Amino acid sequence: MEIIILLIFISLTIAIAFLGAFIWNMKTGQYDDTYGPSVRMLFEDKKTESKDANPHVK
Amino acid sequence: MNSDLLEIANLPVERTVKCAHCGLVCEKEVVLSGENSFCCYGCKTVYEILDENNLCEYYSLDESPGVSLRHVREESFAFLDDPEIAKKIITFQSDSFSRAQFSIPNIHCISCIWLLENLKRLNSGVIRSEVNFSHRQITLDFNPSKISLAAVARLLSSLGYAPLITLEEIKPTAALSKALIIRLTVAGFCFGNIMMLSFPEYLGLDNSDAQLRTLFSYLNLLLVMPVVLYSGQDYFIAAWKSFRQKRINIDVPIAVGLAVLFLRSAYDILAHQGPGYLDSLSGLVFFLLIGRWFQSKTYDSLAFDRDYKSYFPLAVNKKIDNDWNPLLVHHLEKGDIIQIRNMEIVPADSYLMSKQAFIDYSFVTGESKPVHVQEGALIYGGGRLIGQPAEFVVEKKIAQSHLTSLWNYETFHKNEESRYKKMIDTVAQKFTWVILGIAAMTAIYWHFVSPNQMWLIFTSVLIVACPCALALAAPFTFGNMLRVFGRNGFYLKNADVIERMAAIDSIVFDKTGTVTQGASTITFNGTLSSEELGMVKALTASSVHPLSRTIAKSIAASPMPLSTFEEVPSEGIAGVIINHQLKIGSARFVGFEKVITESQSMVFVSIDGEVRGYFKIETSLRNGLKELIAKINTKLSVFLLSGDNPSEKGRMQSVFLSDKGLYFNQTPLDKLHFVSNLQQNGHRVMMVGDGLNDSGALKQSDLGVAVTDDTGIFTPASDGILLGKQLKNLNQFLALSKSAIVILKIAFGISFLYNFITLSFAITGNLSPLIAAILMPISSVSVVGFSTLAVNWVGERAFRNKL
Repeated sequence: MEIIILLIFISLTIAIAFLGAFIWNMKTGQYDDTYGPSVRMLFEDKKTESKDANPHVK
Repeated sequence: MNSDLLEIANLPVERTVKCAHCGLVCEKEVVLSGENSFCCYGCKTVYEILDENNLCEYYSLDESPGVSLRHVREESFAFLDDPEIAKKIITFQSDSFSRAQFSIPNIHCISCIWLLENLKRLNSGVIRSEVNFSHRQITLDFNPSKISLAAVARLLSSLGYAPLITLEEIKPTAALSKALIIRLTVAGFCFGNIMMLSFPEYLGLDNSDAQLRTLFSYLNLLLVMPVVLYSGQDYFIAAWKSFRQKRINIDVPIAVGLAVLFLRSAYDILAHQGPGYLDSLSGLVFFLLIGRWFQSKTYDSLAFDRDYKSYFPLAVNKKIDNDWNPLLVHHLEKGDIIQIRNMEIVPADSYLMSKQAFIDYSFVTGESKPVHVQEGALIYGGGRLIGQPAEFVVEKKIAQSHLTSLWNYETFHKNEESRYKKMIDTVAQKFTWVILGIAAMTAIYWHFVSPNQMWLIFTSVLIVACPCALALAAPFTFGNMLRVFGRNGFYLKNADVIERMAAIDSIVFDKTGTVTQGASTITFNGTLSSEELGMVKALTASSVHPLSRTIAKSIAASPMPLSTFEEVPSEGIAGVIINHQLKIGSARFVGFEKVITESQSMVFVSIDGEVRGYFKIETSLRNGLKELIAKINTKLSVFLLSGDNPSEKGRMQSVFLSDKGLYFNQTPLDKLHFVSNLQQNGHRVMMVGDGLNDSGALKQSDLGVAVTDDTGIFTPASDGILLGKQLKNLNQFLALSKSAIVILKIAFGISFLYNFITLSFAITGNLSPLIAAILMPISSVSVVGFSTLAVNWVGERAFRNKL
């Protein structure tokens, strides 16, 4: 029977860890825009090879 | 890019040409630029802007990503210069850094994100921009010393991404729903685990496992804590607040239900009497929160903001090429020169160009003594000009919301509370006690029949009986109707007006400017030189009275400069022009003694005390008015009040189909008394006038409607402003207000029926708290959905063929 008690505590701990992760995700706004970041990482941050007198400073 | 090649070709549509910017098929004209073709100049401009700034990557990310600019109106967004409105959009502000959030419905693809996030390359004032694709929003950091908020909006708009700005406060719904989702998650997590730990109990543990049973029970009790204390805290807070205010609200039964289940279960577990009802309790909170989330989603999509599209139908004379032309106030721009006449409202913050003027700020400050201002002074929007007309140059456009708030200023409120609001308040109060009573009686009954089930049934009753849908029906029905009215040229002060409109049984019309409009024939009996005609024009052009406007319009001579101006309501106007004393108005006013009777309106002219003759004006009836009267005559008592002599009685009789309700020679005070007399006889009176010499009657009436054509007379005493050309549809508006009441009653019916049926199931013990929690939000959503759809449907149907 002890093994059941142990298992329950392990499973609860893991589940609470996932719950915590989800809450952290929510609070840091990772679910605000589920599409934007997936394409944003594909944009090339080209150095403007231009007449532009305003090169983009980091 | 070689813009020399630019040309317009009217290509026959043999082959389809697609716009290089937006990808739409070019229909009528094709604008060529280099090797690219565009469907309109707007698209071409965007392409050129992007090309110049090396942003053509925009076109390689997605196929034809551009937003067509073919149907886009130029907008100035000048209202964003108003700090009150800007405050709703700007989330952070300092001297060199501002953060603003715009809603842009046009965001639709990868290219949009890329372009909008590279805005800083188009304008150095933009520091950073980030798109939220799911919400179609952009968060912009910009330097307000380099670019104004309005300029940012124009920049977005020029690229085809016009921001959507609504009049109502933008609610911080995002943060709210985020907290709600976390609460929901916690409740769901605990619900699942409590179910798992209750599983052995469901299957039946034998007594040898008592140790395990106790452990599971304590674990459950631990797990239910966050559900009650965190997820369900809103209900307890709301209930606590209502107790503090000594008013019972509809959250109380839910809070009581939750508390009862929790305390009972805790007692059972701690006293080793059983497992309690923790699985039901956590499931209940979980489903209640799902319902709340679903509700807020529905309400967001059905929201009825008064947006900037339902403008005030208020006009002002603007100088265009040395001529005055009426223009709706929301089209005014900074630098426009406008003329304001006696009694008209200054629609925007502007500088006085004339020598002097008297401004009455009573709408803004409540102080009714006119202020004397000199040339060059800044006049705040909302002031009313008294006396001599003056010219102004617009400095800053007035915000629509500012006018609306002036209108809703307390002084102009009628002391009549909404009947339905009152009813809901009393029902909510009493209902709560009734629910608590029913629940208690049910509990007592089940205590004897089946004590096991007692607590669950008690909670079910508490939850299902809640009449939340009731409170939502009225705001959604009236709010949506308000929007339907606004779209069709009838701008109402607030939603309560619709309720009053439905109860109207008498309509009083003012004659001049309401029933009649303009002139079919106008002749002058007497002699006037062209110089004198110029004087007459100058004087009449200064007044907003319909007859004055008609005379001014009919005279071709150029107006003479006016030195003084005075207007006596219902009598006439007087002024001094190049040392000549002019009086124009009724026979009595100018001192004309001979009695003559003719069938037209007569306006007498005297110069330096000598009567020079009179204008004979045959006014024309407003379009569609005869049909309107014929329609409403059967349902309502119709009256006509006129300040003029009874010369037009015969013609009015043919319109109003009888001579019973026609009254002539009425002073403004007479009109007011007439309306209050009707009211004392138990009638509910709607007064339709132009707001000039009947503002007292408009205020006295149950529903005052100001009809406006091309004047800037803003009558805060009125409850609605109706576009002149829509007066013929008054019948439709009246019918719609009645439909609104019917829809509201049906919605109430649905809500009550719903509560009644579910309550009967709950009392008989056939409804578990879980099902109750699922049913509750469905009832609210169905009531709100019903009223929104029904209102839009009847609105659509009433005006389908009318515009």
